[in-house]
Amino acid sequence: MSGLATLASGRGVNGVELGVVIFFFLLVTLGGFVAVRWRRAESMDSLDEWGLGGRGFGTVVTWFLLGGDLYTAYTFVAVPAAMFATGAVSGFFAVPYTIVVYPLIFIFMPRLWSVSHRHGWVTPADFVRGRYDSRGLALAVAITGIVATMPYIALQLVGIQAVLDTMGLGGSGNWFVRDLPLIIAFAALAAYTYSSGLRAPALIAFVKDTLIYLVIIVAIVYIGVKIGFGGMFDAAHAKTAKVKGATFIPNSSTYWAYGTLAFGSALALFMYPHSVTGVLAGRSRTVIRRNAAILPTYSLMLGMLALLGFAAVYKKTSVIGQDGKPNAQLVVPHFFDQVFPSWFAGVAFAAIAIGALVPAAIMSIAAANLFTRNVYREFLVRDASPKHEATVAKITSLVVKFGALVFVLGMDRQNAINLQLLGGVWILQTILSIVAGLYTRWLHRWALLVGWAVAMVYGTVVAYHQASPTTKHFGSSLALFPGTHTKVYVAVTALLVNIVVTVVLTVALRLLNAPAGTDATQPEDYYSDTPSAASPVDPQPAPTPAAPA
Amino acid sequence: MQPTGRPRPLPAGAMIAAGVLLAVPLIALAIVPVYAKDGPRLLGFPFFYWYQFMWVFLASAFTWAAYLVLRHARRDRTPR
Repeated sequence: MSGLATLASGRGVNGVELGVVIFFFLLVTLGGFVAVRWRRAESMDSLDEWGLGGRGFGTVVTWFLLGGDLYTAYTFVAVPAAMFATGAVSGFFAVPYTIVVYPLIFIFMPRLWSVSHRHGWVTPADFVRGRYDSRGLALAVAITGIVATMPYIALQLVGIQAVLDTMGLGGSGNWFVRDLPLIIAFAALAAYTYSSGLRAPALIAFVKDTLIYLVIIVAIVYIGVKIGFGGMFDAAHAKTAKVKGATFIPNSSTYWAYGTLAFGSALALFMYPHSVTGVLAGRSRTVIRRNAAILPTYSLMLGMLALLGFAAVYKKTSVIGQDGKPNAQLVVPHFFDQVFPSWFAGVAFAAIAIGALVPAAIMSIAAANLFTRNVYREFLVRDASPKHEATVAKITSLVVKFGALVFVLGMDRQNAINLQLLGGVWILQTILSIVAGLYTRWLHRWALLVGWAVAMVYGTVVAYHQASPTTKHFGSSLALFPGTHTKVYVAVTALLVNIVVTVVLTVALRLLNAPAGTDATQPEDYYSDTPSAASPVDPQPAPTPAAPA
Repeated sequence: MQPTGRPRPLPAGAMIAAGVLLAVPLIALAIVPVYAKDGPRLLGFPFFYWYQFMWVFLASAFTWAAYLVLRHARRDRTPR
């Protein structure tokens, strides 16, 4: 293996790797533009078509779309990086996290799908608006969604950067030359997302996931044959024993950290606008439930990817970047570069790069839907037509992507990571309004708003005060649970604060008979579904027989 | 807006059965102290790691079972 020597900083560009990546990039760019003809709609001029792909995706397309959406390039880069640097608590929790999320999706999401489908709602904030008759609460949910999503998009760029750096494109002193590949990739992404909407990432996801599965299977076979799993785990055990704060297997001081990270992240994941967008694009409740059962295949892949962090420990993979500084985020691309021939390393890099484009597209669409529906139409142009909405959303998706690009190129990467950490804390605070709202209207809209605000401030302040060896603030998503010596995920503590404030205020407001607003939904809206024997729901529902109320 | 029939909630028995099936994976992964152990190893994997990999498959199976329970219950109640 020539790995270590060639990985020193300042080496040239690897032409074979770059060629393979460019080939796949051109392929998906073409696919992104052609996608507008896929499941062709009469008109793309509505959010239902542009922003939700016609609400007609079946089980297989949804599997690729949600898989491509939830398991992002940043995850592929960051989870093994965390395993490499500090072991299980900060890395492997992603596995139980992405397992427990599916029973939760199975329970909650069909209700959200049904009520949204009945009322033509596109975003989670649309639901909150209709359920609680509160523009303020809907705005809070929408803004939280947009703000939590933006750094997440920026982090997809960090994933691409890690690949470019490994191929030798990060070393130039000229910032424009250095960042040009990233700018080109994002410009192409922005262009086809603009024209094809959600159909583009749905189609590209097929390429992304096929490549990712291929790469992972090869990598795992390589580890099994060349390294051996026992040796890999022993090397990781030896390393984590030496690094302060690292864990090989959680112990009594980190049980709660591990568990709350897994469950808190799972609850937060499907509150993210891009998850909701992926779910609402499904054709029926059945599509969602089937996917809840088959999406864990991606968690298997993620778990194996996580192990690559340990394999890199065994192989003593270098994480020195082109700039000469160590960066754990480079560990997976460097590992591929070290152990695979150039052409296959190129395939792996293409998988990561395309893996960044799919979620970035869906996230920008989801953020655009939120802005259009819950800010623009709600507060600026109240009589916007569907065509007007689609135009605003398309432009917003461009602005969002441009903002993410500026963010990554102009600011320290650490800022994006900090904000994404905070994004998880923030987005979880919308769960009361959304999930509790799917079952009961007992919680008062004003109480929900105050509870949300208090928890947002609390979570932000606590996260701000967490120091780590590398940063003074936002150093960890874990903090001591008040009154104990146990560290837990900040988002979960903030959610508890949120629940207490909301419940107490609800009792008070109900005693005062504060106006609760009008509920736009009916109880049967939440379980409406087409019987599986009948034809599937399509975007143009058949005439309804007048049902007695 | 609905194509066929008037939607009705499913029978309580099916809902409870599905709920139990979905709760099992959640509980299995919530009990961190029980599975945070090195041994016994399987193919070189410490127990902590292979237990969680195993639950990827089991959670999938339990969720699919819950789906089948609900589908069965819905078929019985579909207006014809």
